[in-house]
Amino acid sequence: MGEIKERLISIVGADAVSAEPEELWFYARDPGVLEAHFPDFVVAPRTTEEVQKIVQLANEYKIPLVPMGNGMALTGLVIPLRGGIVLDMKRMNRILEVNEKGRYVVVEGGTSQGVLKAYLDDHYPHLRHSLPDAPPTTTIAANVALHGQGRLTQQYGFNSDMVTGLEVVLPTGEICLIGSPSLGPYWFSKGPALPDLSGLFLGWLGTTGIITKVGLRLYPNKRIRDVEIFVTDRPELIPDILFDLTHLEMLEDITVWFQPKPLMFLGNYHITVFFTGDTEEEVTWKKRMIWDTLETYMKTKDGGFMNVDPMKSQLIQMPQRGVAEFADVPRGGGFEYSGPIVPIEHYPKYAAKVLELAEKYDVLYASAARLISGGHAMMFSISFAFNRNDAGMMKRVKEALEEATNFALEMGGIPWKPNFVEQKMILKQMHPETKKLLMAVKKLLDPNGIMNPGNWEEN
Amino acid sequence: MNYVKEIEHADIVHRCFRCGYCKFPSDYVDFNCPAYQSFQWDTFAPGGRMWLTRAWLLGEIKSSARFAQIMFSCATCDNCKEQCVFPRFKDYLPDIFQEVRAQLVEEGVVPPLVRDYFKALSLSGNPYRRPQEERGDWAKGSIKIETFNGQEYLFYIGCVGSFDEVGQRLARSVARVLTGAGVSIGILGPEETCDGNDVKAMGEMGLFQALVEENVRKFEKRGVKKIITLDPHAYNAFKKDYPRQKGFFEVYHYVEILARLLKENKLKLGEWPKKITYHDPCYLGRHNGIYEAPRFILKNIGKSEIVEMRRSGVNAFCCGGGGGNFFTDILGSHEYSPARVRIREARATGAQVVATACPLCTKMLLEAARAEGYEDMEILGLTEIIERATFSREKQ
Repeated sequence: MGEIKERLISIVGADAVSAEPEELWFYARDPGVLEAHFPDFVVAPRTTEEVQKIVQLANEYKIPLVPMGNGMALTGLVIPLRGGIVLDMKRMNRILEVNEKGRYVVVEGGTSQGVLKAYLDDHYPHLRHSLPDAPPTTTIAANVALHGQGRLTQQYGFNSDMVTGLEVVLPTGEICLIGSPSLGPYWFSKGPALPDLSGLFLGWLGTTGIITKVGLRLYPNKRIRDVEIFVTDRPELIPDILFDLTHLEMLEDITVWFQPKPLMFLGNYHITVFFTGDTEEEVTWKKRMIWDTLETYMKTKDGGFMNVDPMKSQLIQMPQRGVAEFADVPRGGGFEYSGPIVPIEHYPKYAAKVLELAEKYDVLYASAARLISGGHAMMFSISFAFNRNDAGMMKRVKEALEEATNFALEMGGIPWKPNFVEQKMILKQMHPETKKLLMAVKKLLDPNGIMNPGNWEEN
Repeated sequence: MNYVKEIEHADIVHRCFRCGYCKFPSDYVDFNCPAYQSFQWDTFAPGGRMWLTRAWLLGEIKSSARFAQIMFSCATCDNCKEQCVFPRFKDYLPDIFQEVRAQLVEEGVVPPLVRDYFKALSLSGNPYRRPQEERGDWAKGSIKIETFNGQEYLFYIGCVGSFDEVGQRLARSVARVLTGAGVSIGILGPEETCDGNDVKAMGEMGLFQALVEENVRKFEKRGVKKIITLDPHAYNAFKKDYPRQKGFFEVYHYVEILARLLKENKLKLGEWPKKITYHDPCYLGRHNGIYEAPRFILKNIGKSEIVEMRRSGVNAFCCGGGGGNFFTDILGSHEYSPARVRIREARATGAQVVATACPLCTKMLLEAARAEGYEDMEILGLTEIIERATFSREKQ
């Protein structure tokens, strides 16, 4: 191990390699409920070339490599299940290019969501990216590597759909450009009209390479954002309401949430509708369209709009700091969620399942679903908060989440950012030929099995 | 939970989610935790420190040199307290880190330079290892300032103002401006004792207690009722910690006095046609909410142009000198060290002058400007700017 450490230091410098107990303890875990596994080293590269040399070294010694952003997936995707090297990518954080007219940005993979947002606000206030409601420390590469979502997902799809090119260090050490940057200096397409090779890396949870640069679409940043919340106590109506709303084809973001605390929210389902405009007239018109669309439900007294004024500033905040606050509801510093991608018509069944699981496992719940691509699917989050000092509660949350994932698979849903146990459940259910293809691709790209081992493995 | 160690707030340490909001300013433009900025390991960020604290309480990690380095690298800038998303819990973050440092001091596991700081202070009464009788030497020469004997205010200088050449320069300037404006001040000179703010921050609670008691005794014996401090660190200790030890005094930082004099038209400032940016010292800004007074003073400098750095006010980025780091230099002076990051931020405004109201910040930024090669940039205390403006008016 001493030799490996010396060679790592020769690549990145002594201040970018640690085998100290403190770093090993910290980088062995994430904020979720999964057990820790200690790495042998934590390394923080600053350049693609450094990453390349680390990968070559890892191949030489057959030592695992686990790329990490901020480690906030909560599902243990950066826990080094078989030890090895955790690569903290956050020092690779430069914003390299903004193509204003082409509306895309090129960043290093470790760039944080918050820094990109602030940069665009400062220099290109008329442009924005699809900011997740995860904490602003989360990184661009990690987000697309797990098919993350953001504020523009309802309009434009998963954040990984917004990728316009990649630079990847392959598990065998080659530096590979994906999409239009492989042909010239422009980062406007991740694939089309070529075969879309980005699919070899997006969604693979760091098992097929290390994303070192990302091109990302930017979108118009309208001057005004506004929000309405429609409330109903009949979850069975939600698919119809969402269908009606998405027919408008003009809404920024739609989320559906329910939670028992504070008590004013108990028993109701809240549909938050975000919309934007460049003029007051445009926003007022959109607001009227939303109200007109849902008038039927108001007439039948099945729902109504709540007064959002007292919480408007919190709702239109980006990212929403309140999301992280859920972790402190049981005064215990943690929450974790299962977030399957599901058909919208299944919303009532998932909502019922949340309540059933919360009661069965005696855990505090919250759920927030987000529409994807104009309503073709939704991410349905089943979130449970826990007290980190209560091992029993953490165990119950873990079991509840496993049952939630089983339920999602039974219902034909796709677990989002699944942990290594859930990945095995997915593989078990997957069509055998699909699974065979997936495993063959993985083996082809990573013949030594060094990339984030333990993930996307059957056994 | 079976903790094997104890600190006062051990019962809430587990509540940290390590979400990382604490690393940022409110608009996320860059990392705003000086220790994280310098080391760039998650362990050095507030969330990392909090999680390691829990591991240490549980006995999963030991009191080691690395753990001490992580804990003592905290510049006590209070950014995490401002930015943490958990109400109430966030108020205790700096306290928890301070309690861990205090425990490490108890165990004798501290970085060597922290040990040297305590040792110097115990032996010489100051971190510079200079004889106590030299403490008032800064006031020798052209300064006309008397030993405190019933003046309205005690002008308290502190260790940096007493012994550091930059600090002395600032102390003389503030003394000249205050006396020139007719403020009745006296100093303790060789009888002054360290205020202890950074001693407490570094966790030497016994020494801190002794310093507080000594200062309170001296102040009371001399009949001190009101204090003006040069140093925001001393201001913080006198304002917040001394009352807990029955040290009740009216405490002001000099910018408050000068702003008041300006508002009362008892002070007139001249012109100085410079582009100036103001760096908020953490112990004046985030710790004590004084943001407007220094800016008000600068706005009264004729023909000056005041520009804000990208991070200012409650979001200001610390120079890295707090929490004893001014003396221990744990955060270093490399390219990513807080002072160098901050001076580059100041440079980006196009300002010719960086104004400060803290002798530690002044020194930190001065050295950073030298390291960056900004030889045309001046780092000045607020009263030095006032003096230049006054001088410039008199010349006309």
